[in-house]
Parts: sequence; structure tokens; C-alpha cells
Amino acid sequence: MVSMPLLWSIRFAVDPLLQPKQSADWVKVIEEKDVSETPVSVKFKVHVVDGWYEHDPELEAWIAKDEDGKVYALSPTCKHLGCRVEWNGDPNRFPELFFCPCHEARYTKKGKNLAVAPEPLDQYEVKVDNGWVYLGGVHPNRLVK
Amino acid sequence: MLKAIYNWIDERIDITPIWRDVADHEVPEHVNPAHHFSAFVYCFGGLTFFITVIQILSGMFLTMYYVPDINNAYASVDYLQHKVAFGSIVRGMHHWGASLVIVMMFLHTLRVFFTGSYKSPREMNWLVGIGIFAIMLGLGFTGYLLPWDNKAYFATKVGIQIAASVPFIGEYIQTFLQGGEPVGAQTITRFFALHVFFLPAALLALLGAHFFLIRKQGISGPL
Repeated sequence: MVSMPLLWSIRFAVDPLLQPKQSADWVKVIEEKDVSETPVSVKFKVHVVDGWYEHDPELEAWIAKDEDGKVYALSPTCKHLGCRVEWNGDPNRFPELFFCPCHEARYTKKGKNLAVAPEPLDQYEVKVDNGWVYLGGVHPNRLVK
Repeated sequence: MLKAIYNWIDERIDITPIWRDVADHEVPEHVNPAHHFSAFVYCFGGLTFFITVIQILSGMFLTMYYVPDINNAYASVDYLQHKVAFGSIVRGMHHWGASLVIVMMFLHTLRVFFTGSYKSPREMNWLVGIGIFAIMLGLGFTGYLLPWDNKAYFATKVGIQIAASVPFIGEYIQTFLQGGEPVGAQTITRFFALHVFFLPAALLALLGAHFFLIRKQGISGPL
């Protein structure tokens, strides 16, 4: 007699397992003409629906163009221990590199890890539409190997 | 396979007598509705227990989504009821079961009263039953606040004011229930703690005593 209520309750409990994965919305962040070969930091807000809690946390991306003029965007989260990396953060010792102040991890312009960090910087999904750059979800770096 | 596992355990710790003591016992003819249909009145105690089991199960699952906090309680209940699969079913079981358990318990009490089953030598079990009745009402009262809607809030406010009207100690009861001034953040957390930890623990202890006594003394004879 308890089995039916138990089955309904178990379906209720495992509901998060059966939800479709949410894909990130595209967020308009910067005009394409403002992007150069030097990475620039852009801050943007994403809308997060976390059950009954909705909020708009601010994210950051380092946006630049590669040699073919294609726009890419890197996550500023260091792959060592998760501090924030900065382009040209230590111009005297490590010029023209992404630099993490916590343990001096360095990355190339395309995010390739040179020291300390075990992996390259993550990449944002990028879409250019009508002169504007849009960012989506984060995935592992595919620019460098 | 299951038989083999059972035998393996039984060989080592001899569990057959234990579960025989618990589960295997004669049901007298005068309480069996299959013999006399009017004996269904003897089912209300068991039905109360059955619904109590449903209440415990559905309540455990509800806490997977519910937050006992003034900012999030209503939103989390709204979410689990409308966004989670079977949310309205699970919460519905808990909501309607809460009323049903009181109804069944009341009918059980009436049956015990009108068959005179509370008389010697079963007076102790009647008193344990009174304790269960009080705890059930406490569970109803504390659970009513948790959705944190207007009905819940003001019903609790009124309930606490009634408790506060008790002579001499009313003020202390009020402070104990309310936790702080006003009915708010500190009230909902203690009502939650009472509802899911303290009162169910007391309820299970008293139910254990209730069942122990009925097995020890047997079901009262026919009228």
C-alpha cells in the first residue's frame, strides 16, 4: 500500500536528474570594432534560474581577435586554483601574457598554460552578429594544444 | 536467491523468532471485518498508523526542496508544488494526510471509548494514546506554519496567542514557541525543528509503547 506513494515520491526526488540541461543564453557584450588583437576585459551579467532562486551574477571575459581577425573570448578563471588572471598583469617580468597574482601562473594570448597551471584557460562560446559580439557558455580551450 | 540470503543471515543470528514475535500473531474473529463487516471500526488504529507512515515518507521527500526561512520558504514550496514532477502529489499527500490522520485518530479514539477498551487493564495504553493525540496536534500546528503564506502566518499568530492565554506560564510558552519578537525568522526555524525532528521522535517512541502494550495485553474481547 505504501509502494505507490513511495514511487511518486521517488519520481519527485529524482526530478533534477530528468531535467534537460540548460544551455547558456547569448549575452551581447561588446561591439566587434572595439575588439583588437590585445585582449580587453568585458564584464557582463547572466541570468541564472537556480530553482526558486533567480539572480544575475556578473561574469568577465577577456576578448581578442586572432591573427585571422576571428573573435575569441577567454575565461579569467585561472586553471591552477581559480584566481582571476589579468592580461599583462605583470608587465615587467611577464609582458604580453595572462598573469595570475596568486601563484604566478602564466598563459599566452590564446590561453595556453606556460607555467604553474595544468590546463589552458577556458573559452567562451562566441557569436558575432550585426557588428556585436555575443558570449555563451564556457568550454575547455580549443584554440591551443 | 532471497531465500538463500535470508537463510544465510538466519543461520548466524537466528532472526526467525524475532520477526515472528513482531509480525505473526492471531487476529481475533470479532475484530476481523472478513467475519463481521461491522468490525471495520477496529481498523481505524491501523489506518492511523498507515497514514502516519505516508506522512513520514512524504515529509522526508518534501525536505529535499523545502527551506525553513522567511525569504525562501514560500518560494521553495511554490517551486516544489508547480515545477517539480509529482510535486503537487507529494505535497498533496502530506497536506491531505495531515487532516486524515487526525480524522482516523479521532475515529480510533471513539471506537476505543465506545467499546470500553480503555478499561482495566488497558488504562496505561489509553494514556499513551492521549500522548500520541497531543503530539499529532502539535505536528499539525507546527507544520501549518511552514508554507509561510498568509493563512499559515496568521493561523500561527492566533495559535500562539491562544497558548499565551494559559494562566501564569502563558507568556513563557509564547516566547518558547515564537523564539523572538515578532512571529518571524526565529519562529519558522523552531517550528521546522519541532515538526521534523522533536515531535516525530516523540511520536515514534509513543507509537512503539502503544504497539508494545497492545501486543502485551492483547486486543480487548468482544462486547
